[in-house]
Amino acid sequence: MGFLSLLARNRLALGGLIVMILVVLLALVTPLLPLADPDVTNTAERFQKPFSDGALLGTDHLGRDLLSRLLWGTRLSLAVGFAAAIMAATIGAAIGIIAGFYGGRTDNIIMRGVDMLMAFPYILLALAIVAALGPGLMNALIAVAAVNIPFFARNIRGITVGIAHKEFIDAARLSGMNNAKIILSEVLPNVIPVIVIAMSTTVGWMILETAGLSFLGLGSQPPQADLGSMLGEARSALITNPHTSIVPGAMILIIVMAINLLGDGVRDALDPRLKSGALSRPMPATMVRRDGPIPTADDDALLALRGLKTQFHVKDRVYKAVGGVDLSVRPGECLGVIGESGSGKSVTALSIMGLVASPPGVITGGAVHYKGEDLIGAPYEKLRSLRGDRIAYIFQDPLATLHPLYTIGDQLIEAVRAHHGMGRAAARAHAIDLLKSVRIPNADKRVDSYPHEMSGGMRQRVGIAMALANEPEVIIADEPTTALDVTVQAQILSLLDDLRRDRGLAIIFITHDFGVVAQLCDRVAVMYAGKIVEEGPTNVILNAPAHPYTSRLMACVPELGQGRRELAAIPGLPPVVDNLPEGCAFADRCQKVREGCRAGTIALAAHGASQRVRCIAPETALPEVSA
Amino acid sequence: MTTALKLTNLSKVFEVGKRMFGPAKALVRAVQPTSLSVEHGETLGIVGESGCGKSTFARMLVGLLPASTGEIEIDGEPLDNADPALFGKRIQYVFQDPISSLNPRKTIRQIMEGPLKHLHGMAHAARTERIREIFAAVNLREEFLDRYPHEFSGGQAQRIGIARALAADARILILDEPVSALDVSVQAQVLNLLADLKEKLGLTYLFISHDLAVVEAVSDRVAVLYFGSVVEIGPADQVFAHPKHPYTKLLAESAPVVGRALTAPEGRETELPDPLNPPNGCAFKARCAFASKECGLEPPRLEQQSDGVWTACYHPLSGSK
Repeated sequence: MGFLSLLARNRLALGGLIVMILVVLLALVTPLLPLADPDVTNTAERFQKPFSDGALLGTDHLGRDLLSRLLWGTRLSLAVGFAAAIMAATIGAAIGIIAGFYGGRTDNIIMRGVDMLMAFPYILLALAIVAALGPGLMNALIAVAAVNIPFFARNIRGITVGIAHKEFIDAARLSGMNNAKIILSEVLPNVIPVIVIAMSTTVGWMILETAGLSFLGLGSQPPQADLGSMLGEARSALITNPHTSIVPGAMILIIVMAINLLGDGVRDALDPRLKSGALSRPMPATMVRRDGPIPTADDDALLALRGLKTQFHVKDRVYKAVGGVDLSVRPGECLGVIGESGSGKSVTALSIMGLVASPPGVITGGAVHYKGEDLIGAPYEKLRSLRGDRIAYIFQDPLATLHPLYTIGDQLIEAVRAHHGMGRAAARAHAIDLLKSVRIPNADKRVDSYPHEMSGGMRQRVGIAMALANEPEVIIADEPTTALDVTVQAQILSLLDDLRRDRGLAIIFITHDFGVVAQLCDRVAVMYAGKIVEEGPTNVILNAPAHPYTSRLMACVPELGQGRRELAAIPGLPPVVDNLPEGCAFADRCQKVREGCRAGTIALAAHGASQRVRCIAPETALPEVSA
Repeated sequence: MTTALKLTNLSKVFEVGKRMFGPAKALVRAVQPTSLSVEHGETLGIVGESGCGKSTFARMLVGLLPASTGEIEIDGEPLDNADPALFGKRIQYVFQDPISSLNPRKTIRQIMEGPLKHLHGMAHAARTERIREIFAAVNLREEFLDRYPHEFSGGQAQRIGIARALAADARILILDEPVSALDVSVQAQVLNLLADLKEKLGLTYLFISHDLAVVEAVSDRVAVLYFGSVVEIGPADQVFAHPKHPYTKLLAESAPVVGRALTAPEGRETELPDPLNPPNGCAFKARCAFASKECGLEPPRLEQQSDGVWTACYHPLSGSK
């Protein structure tokens, strides 16, 4: 997507761009136009009205041609404004990059100096600079640039601090680059977009400031015309001959408006966060646009997914993240969903309660039955009353899901009181009980801690306590132990296992780790490219995987206790879900690929009594009779 | 075999709560004085949990972080800490996150040219030739050279990271969790590539990871780090099969394994020691079933037990598991 086409999506910015191009062109060709000399006075012809003979826009108090003065003045004002912007951006960015890159004391000293500069009202500072240097356009330019340096310096410093700690800076250092080279070739290219954005939004401001200084008589000196000095000279005739003020005033308005509209457009087009649509607020529940028949509830499972399809619509591409998933879980059962990144396992989990961000997410088919009732397309109030109450989530990163500014006790109390009218004191006692039930030592004291005061393992216990707050029937755990150390992971897993046995919880456990699945789950579903390729009891699948993907993937997992060895790999990469092949998505990486694999959809068919597999040539023969 | 890398009493102390003037509020010992040596052509695995100091350790070895005390010797010559370019030619680093270790605004060719230009001062033609050689060695297609980092998958980006480290022509590579950001089906592609390269180019690896199974599969020797010090070091097939230190045993038993019942290997209430307020004596004693009075007095020293395994423990476990 080109920068210009992005910019053109914003109509106002496009308008601003066109106006600016016209104004700049006019300013550039001014010397070539057949205009009267802007500085020749002719007092006999003073205060001519616009559209009079020989003076299209009239004349000023000295009889000078206003059109000519306007164009020459615009030329000068633009030149000074842009020059000041470039000067401020260059110096400000240099200061910001140096402060942000070196950090520590350098940063401290530079930024305190910048703070001091910012402590003065800008116009006072500009006046002081001009007073010290003497009036004149050049000095006004210096003053305006100097006043704007802190804005750039602070902005760029913030960005640079973030970049200076990136790994590619370390990598450049190991490539033998010195600091100067790293700043020029690694840091600078990454801050230039920010500099351009900051400049585009401040050029208009700087033109105004220059005009302001000229208006006060501190900028351009007579007879030279710029927009500010034209306004200043016209001030005394404001009532009797308003056109002398209106002409330069209107030009200032046009230029600054156009630049500001354009600047906003440039910022929106360059800012990657805006480009990806991250700043548009997601809807409270995932958008639903189901075409085709809606599956009906057909068994007695607590929670059952039937043909669930979730897609992401980004611009003109459709990412089929989940392409028809069937799953079900009973009370007290733990179902593992295993898959690699991009297999659609997390999107499946989030779709259940309509938590996939929309836009861009859309549920395009299937149903989620909770006790026989379809949750997809259910009214938002219905979903809200179930979320966290009957069906709760545990996420991967507890630091990101706990609010940093509230104590964990407050957050637990809020979770309880959102669903049950309980007094604060009772809710607090309940919160302490919850913390005890996930075996947090010193629960009475820990209830008043903030998330950052706890270790990762303790925080994840809080995440589990919060999921348990309303005694849900189903817990959906999305990689809850991936971010934890193995010794902590073992503690958390055994805790979850006890909880489901004691309370009859149904758990959907999403992971990429076969070892975890083996230890915790009764049944397991293997996902690949948005579809389940194999499903069945954990011990059956782990001992005798039927789908080639499952068996190849298991072979890749190194196990402890086998010593030094060559590890197995699956060549190639999973397909991208906006361009899925016909037939089996694994065909390109499969050693057993045959003709039928790429001809049409392959169904998830029963394989023996308890297993289902989506393959026309399963690894294992049909078991005789499953035990 | 001869010694490729030798560390003597290497340690790192961080100052916490630095002020503009005056001393810092507190000191944190991220790495206790550590001595190690790595032979030519060897892979030394370093395992430990988050906060054990393994990344600090790695960053000191490549000069990204100045060491507080101690010396680094490569091929018997002490390294001058001052010049990063000297470090770069002798010892290189492969980062954990393959995408963020590549500058998003440079093409792969520009990234690859960095070490050739700045470390070796090669001319343009020589650089092109060398990049072609390296790309062939890591099985990357040359058409990738004119693309930008965001166009690659994690596995491909990690191979580019390895290619960049090779371009420096260093004989020692520090691999800091090189596969932990990758999916298992891709992780083996990268590990096998690393094994091939080591064979072909005679490299020496320091392989840092939290995944015991991966470390065991690629290493000759393994060092186990806990709270900034080495608690056990020995041949890879010995260390996890017959752990001598109670912490190593805990690690080995915590890793989830297909076919082993789920048990919490230790009390669920335990927490890691606080670096701002380190315990006296052995840092593991609060979690250890064998802790005695002796353990609280002075930290145990690394001592040889049997068959080449060294352990820092007053009550090492006997051979049988």
